[in-house]
Amino acid sequence: MITGILSHIVLLLLFSPLLLGVIGKTKALFAGRCGAPLLQPYFDLRKLFGKGFVFSETTTWVFLAGPILAAAVPLLAALLIPFGALAAPVSFSGDLILFVYLFGLARFFTAASALDTGSSFEGMGAAREVTFACLVEPTVLFVFIVLARLSGSLSLGGMFGSTLAASWLSGGPALGLVLVCLFVVLLAENSRIPFDDPNTHLELTMIHEVMVLDHSGPAFGMILYGSAMKLFVLGALLVRLALPWQTGSALLDGLLFIAGMLLLAVMIGAVESTMARLRLVRIPQLLIGTTLIALFAMVLVLR
Amino acid sequence: MLVLLIVLPLALAALSLVIPAYQGRSWILPVGGGLHLALTLAVLTGHVAPSGLSWIAADALGRLVLLAVSLLFFLCALYAVPYLRFHREDRGNRIIVPCLLVFLSAMTLATLARHLGLLWLGVETTTVSSAPLIYYNRNRLSIEATWKYLLICSVGIALAMLGILFVAYSALHGGAPVSLQLDDLLREAPYCSRPWLHAGFVFLLVGFGTKMGLAPLHTWKPDAYGEAPALVGALLAGGLTSVAFLGILRGVQIMGAAGDLAVARQALLAMGLLSLLLAAVSVIRQPDVKRLLAYSSVENMGILAVGVGIGGVAAFGAMFHLLNNALTKGGLFLSVGNIQRAYSSKHISEVRGALSRVPVSAALFLAGFLAISGSPPFGPFLSEFTIVRGTFLAGHYVVGAVFLLLLVTVFIGMGGTVLPMTQGEPSAELADSGYRDTLLPVLPPLLLLGCVLLLGLYLPPKLRDLFHRAADLVEVAR
Amino acid sequence: MLEVNNILLLLVILINFFTLGSARLGACIRAVALQGAILSLLPLTVHGLNAHSLVLSGGAFVLKGVFIPWLLFRAIREVRIRREVEPRIGFVPTMILGALTTAGSFIFAGYLPLATEHQGTLFIPTALATLFTGFLLLITRRKAITQVLGYLMLENGIFVFAVLLSTAMPLMVEAGVLLDLMVAIFVMGIVLNQINREFATLNTERLSALKE
Repeated sequence: MITGILSHIVLLLLFSPLLLGVIGKTKALFAGRCGAPLLQPYFDLRKLFGKGFVFSETTTWVFLAGPILAAAVPLLAALLIPFGALAAPVSFSGDLILFVYLFGLARFFTAASALDTGSSFEGMGAAREVTFACLVEPTVLFVFIVLARLSGSLSLGGMFGSTLAASWLSGGPALGLVLVCLFVVLLAENSRIPFDDPNTHLELTMIHEVMVLDHSGPAFGMILYGSAMKLFVLGALLVRLALPWQTGSALLDGLLFIAGMLLLAVMIGAVESTMARLRLVRIPQLLIGTTLIALFAMVLVLR
Repeated sequence: MLVLLIVLPLALAALSLVIPAYQGRSWILPVGGGLHLALTLAVLTGHVAPSGLSWIAADALGRLVLLAVSLLFFLCALYAVPYLRFHREDRGNRIIVPCLLVFLSAMTLATLARHLGLLWLGVETTTVSSAPLIYYNRNRLSIEATWKYLLICSVGIALAMLGILFVAYSALHGGAPVSLQLDDLLREAPYCSRPWLHAGFVFLLVGFGTKMGLAPLHTWKPDAYGEAPALVGALLAGGLTSVAFLGILRGVQIMGAAGDLAVARQALLAMGLLSLLLAAVSVIRQPDVKRLLAYSSVENMGILAVGVGIGGVAAFGAMFHLLNNALTKGGLFLSVGNIQRAYSSKHISEVRGALSRVPVSAALFLAGFLAISGSPPFGPFLSEFTIVRGTFLAGHYVVGAVFLLLLVTVFIGMGGTVLPMTQGEPSAELADSGYRDTLLPVLPPLLLLGCVLLLGLYLPPKLRDLFHRAADLVEVAR
Repeated sequence: MLEVNNILLLLVILINFFTLGSARLGACIRAVALQGAILSLLPLTVHGLNAHSLVLSGGAFVLKGVFIPWLLFRAIREVRIRREVEPRIGFVPTMILGALTTAGSFIFAGYLPLATEHQGTLFIPTALATLFTGFLLLITRRKAITQVLGYLMLENGIFVFAVLLSTAMPLMVEAGVLLDLMVAIFVMGIVLNQINREFATLNTERLSALKE
């Protein structure tokens, strides 16, 4: 168990900024540029953690709680899920609820810290972010219901565990739909295109970026690290679903997992390069459409 | 020989596409119609040997509808020649002539088909070929009417296809060999799965009922009949409705063979009474005379449905009424066409005193109104009387009373529009297009209403026999 | 074979959802064309490779996947605005209705008395779901072209059901049905073009002059 926890945390801390680097490199390649080096996010984090804190006088402890939770929650959530074929260190029946609401907690405090600054832009971003998160939640729940029904287990470790390959054979089409829905959820939760543009400089077009506008130094470093880790954790679910096999050795499983994650990062980079951000009125429609597809997958499995 | 009935109009349609002369194209219509009528009469008098194909045959129902359609088309084609001559400059006949001939061919195919798929094909082709006909006037209102007609009827026909597929599935589910040939279905009907068969009949009723114009599926009728040229309205009201009714009757035949005739009858009776009610409500104070005729058509479709729904003597009356309705509607629409030409309008506020300006057409219109409302000595009086008699004989007193009441209401409502249009004097401010009655535009409605009068006075035994045999087909489980 | 059928039918249902939520006319036309092309593969997977199903498949593919979209694009070639206006009940309620009717079709198909070889398969639910989605498009959308697409989807749904009964329908009749569909779309396209010329829009709210 201790080795499990340690391996999960080490993998998470080591490789999550690499995902951001791969995404950036893919986008640069699509654009015909050379782009920033692959390890750039590591350098950015080192730079940020070396700076000092700057706090506004109008903020309270809530302002710091946001970044701290943003960094801590993915670490906790990572312990609940398997990384590829490496089993989940902490697993109990019903831990999928804890998983979803850990991220909810982090989102609550991020939004609260945004509102704490008293700036109107940040409040606007917080409102949008929270709306979209509401629309994503039913999709996640339906996806988990499908997986629970197919695997017969109510814990994330069981759902994504060794029974996954058999589930693909019995409920193939439904799992295909679930994969698509999870990808959309990944993009939405991590504020990627087509839901939010992570590279925009205009506050009016920002959703997630504007909430963290006032953080700097180590706080911003924690937020950056936290978002990379969140991407890694949610991506791990997707990769496990797409690659349901396990070889015997832990090293090989780990390598397969990392390779899957990097491929996922390339895919996210490709989506970001080929699509534009959707108009704000279309985002709820897309999210509701995804919910309906997840609902449909659930109907397929339950009949 | 029977195939010739279907192929001849198509060949003439192709021919009309290559003829350069305008008048030549127009005259193809009555020539084609006349040949078609001659062939039809040959089929009816038994001078034609049955074709070897199992898909096409003329049973009693088919012959009756074929007679109505063919006669109506020939006379409308005669009317078309002066009409098209009048519209030579602004609208031309490059499209209307081939479309009319394809329309005739499609209707013939539907009447002669023994395979439900072919029947469907024929009716769908009538939708497609009649849309350009409705659009002939090329104004905003025509576009709107054409669009509604096209969409509603296409959806209706698609549902009829679903009904046909359900009927086939009922055979599959019941373990019978799957076939859509009518004869096979009639034979295998007792073994078909009942839920699927009933569902199939309902969809057939809805689908073909849309084409026929039974309420509540009639919403396209006032618009389409109102905006189409008069001769197109005559063909739609007289020909197409009869063919669509034939489609429903095929469904009734199958249900009868399966032993569920009562269910089919109840459905038809309900829709028939609803049609009568809706027509009665809508004809009161209807200012547009062609829309009035459309609602009258809905009423007559209701009468047909009630007739078959009651069964027995009333079914005979319904068969008689089918022929009556086709001919009378033809006469009505063609005479209204002449009146509309004289006044450049079909609205009651702009047409007064037609008897002075176009005496023959207005007299024919008045006679047609009396005929279609069921007054003696015209044919519809006899057919409607037979239906009422059948209703009371079968013990449905309430239905009979409601039926009579609605017929009287329609008579009063229609009279409220027809009489002011024909009586009185045309005042100076009404538009005068300069058209006066000449022989060729007046002859077809005269002949049509003459036939209707003749049927009311003397029913030839051969026709009576045809009606009996047609009624028998929808009566007994054969 | 069973798996291929299921995947094809699921793709059809996904296209239903996409069309219900999409506001771009070009995307909708392509989606319905893709649906027709996918459905044209069904006779091959259900009845195997014989002459009848090959001809039917080929004909359906060419007509539904190539010709009809070409006709529709030609019909709206003069249309300036290629976006749909807000439907009568809004995009999101339409999508929710579509999902409800799809779920309803699945549940209802479970209660229908089906022949043994069709029980548990996705054919009847997909046919019913596509039928309902076509109806939804016809009823709720305002632009004339989307109404035509709703009719096409209705026909697609009926086609799924007809594939089960391929043995009953002789090839001539099926070919005639497809041909009739194409001619119907051709005539609808012409009328669409005339509507656009006359009213400078495809919005059918303008087609409301004829009243009682």
